Amino acid sequence: MGLELYLDLLSQPCRAVYIFAKKNGIPFELRTVELLKGQHLSDAFVQVNPLKKVPALKDGDFTLTESVAILLYLTRKFKVPDHWYPQELQARARVDEYMAWQHTTLRKNCLRTLWYKVMFPVFLGEPVSPETLAATLAELDATLQIFEDNSFRTRALPGGPHISLADLVAITELMHPVGAGCQIFESRPKLAAWSQRVEAAVGSLLFREAHEVILKASDFPPADASVKQKLMPRVLAMIQ
Amino acid sequence: MGLELYLDLLSASCRAVYIFARKNSIPFDFQFVDLLKGYHHSKEYTEINPLKKLPSLKDGKFILSESVAVLLYLCRKYSAPSYWYPPDLHTRARVDEFMAWQHTAIQLPMSKILWIKLLIPMITGEEVPAEKTEEVLAEVQQNLKLFEERFLQDRMFITGDNISLADLVALVEMMQPIGGNHNVFQASSKLAQWRMRVELSIGPSLFWEAHDRLVKLGEWDCSTLDPSVKERIVDLLQKFK
Repeated sequence: MGLELYLDLLSQPCRAVYIFAKKNGIPFELRTVELLKGQHLSDAFVQVNPLKKVPALKDGDFTLTESVAILLYLTRKFKVPDHWYPQELQARARVDEYMAWQHTTLRKNCLRTLWYKVMFPVFLGEPVSPETLAATLAELDATLQIFEDNSFRTRALPGGPHISLADLVAITELMHPVGAGCQIFESRPKLAAWSQRVEAAVGSLLFREAHEVILKASDFPPADASVKQKLMPRVLAMIQ
Repeated sequence: MGLELYLDLLSASCRAVYIFARKNSIPFDFQFVDLLKGYHHSKEYTEINPLKKLPSLKDGKFILSESVAVLLYLCRKYSAPSYWYPPDLHTRARVDEFMAWQHTAIQLPMSKILWIKLLIPMITGEEVPAEKTEEVLAEVQQNLKLFEERFLQDRMFITGDNISLADLVALVEMMQPIGGNHNVFQASSKLAQWRMRVELSIGPSLFWEAHDRLVKLGEWDCSTLDPSVKERIVDLLQKFK
């Protein structure tokens, strides 16, 4: 059994791992774990990842979680082109910096935006107060501003000559609010230009393929009561 | 001007960087940015790091934030012994995995305990509702259990026989509640033993020196706190209610 990637393209970090593996021609078995059906909570999946989260990687007996760790593992094992994670000390540090920063900032805001704007009302049938939604969108806006302003003072992000892991992790996050119907690029030309460059570097076909699921988020049929009950506690914990 | 590290040892992330640099005899200028006085919001510091967070590293013109990135940079630039970030593919991946997971699973909740047990009552005069406290403590317990099961298992340290960046980061974060007199290590002898091993590996002198400010936090005279900062903290309390 070769490399297995346990993914649901609904999830931002899964999209980053998927695109990276495909783009670099890394051979793997795709094991789809349907989050909205609660498959990540199944006994079978718990064997792969006791933390019950995707993405997860299985390489023989070796299992690995956390998309950043998975991306770095694939980078090293499959010796991908240097621009993904540059050898040069400072360029590499910039990528590390972004990948550390995003966990508690952009990731959190993008996740909340999707859930409060679409998933709670449409999929879970739970109303969201206008105040909560407004606050969430305001936080997203503030974080996007920080992202754009700082570009992490980076040459690995907007303005950098080549796509890196940081760009990939960032773009897949930003597609979450896009999937929720937020026009985040409209008033942000710098961000929009960067996103187009990243999409072009990935390749439009692969990019679209990876984002097919999230772009249909508003069309997910409502969950039935038993699924809703199963998912609710973890969803609430996730978006805290 | 050589390497500068902008730090306040009250912050766990700063302690990790400080301990690592000192342990590896990396020469640096300690630039103290007093969190309690709000100096991370100062104009001078904002020029260093517009995100107003600690730690920051300044190496000539190169400025870097995020302790994980800083630790890796120092490791590489100063060729730290390989056990800190082992070259073996799987072992290194395990360190990366922990360093990614800890942001939300360890650092955040440990920091919350300090706020709930000490800082909020001290600054606002109000206690956080017991229900919320229990919730946070339960989350911490749960994650410490996961830490033991996934990262520590039956090993001496996370990667095996030697300390690594992962142990260092894990420990300084788990020490954070000590500032509020809350000891997360007493719940598990396995965790307590691991804690002792990491402390010994770092060297107790350096370890406790790095934690001195945290340990004395209970003595802080917060009456000098800037009113606007106090207001922000009162707002924070609302989130816990």
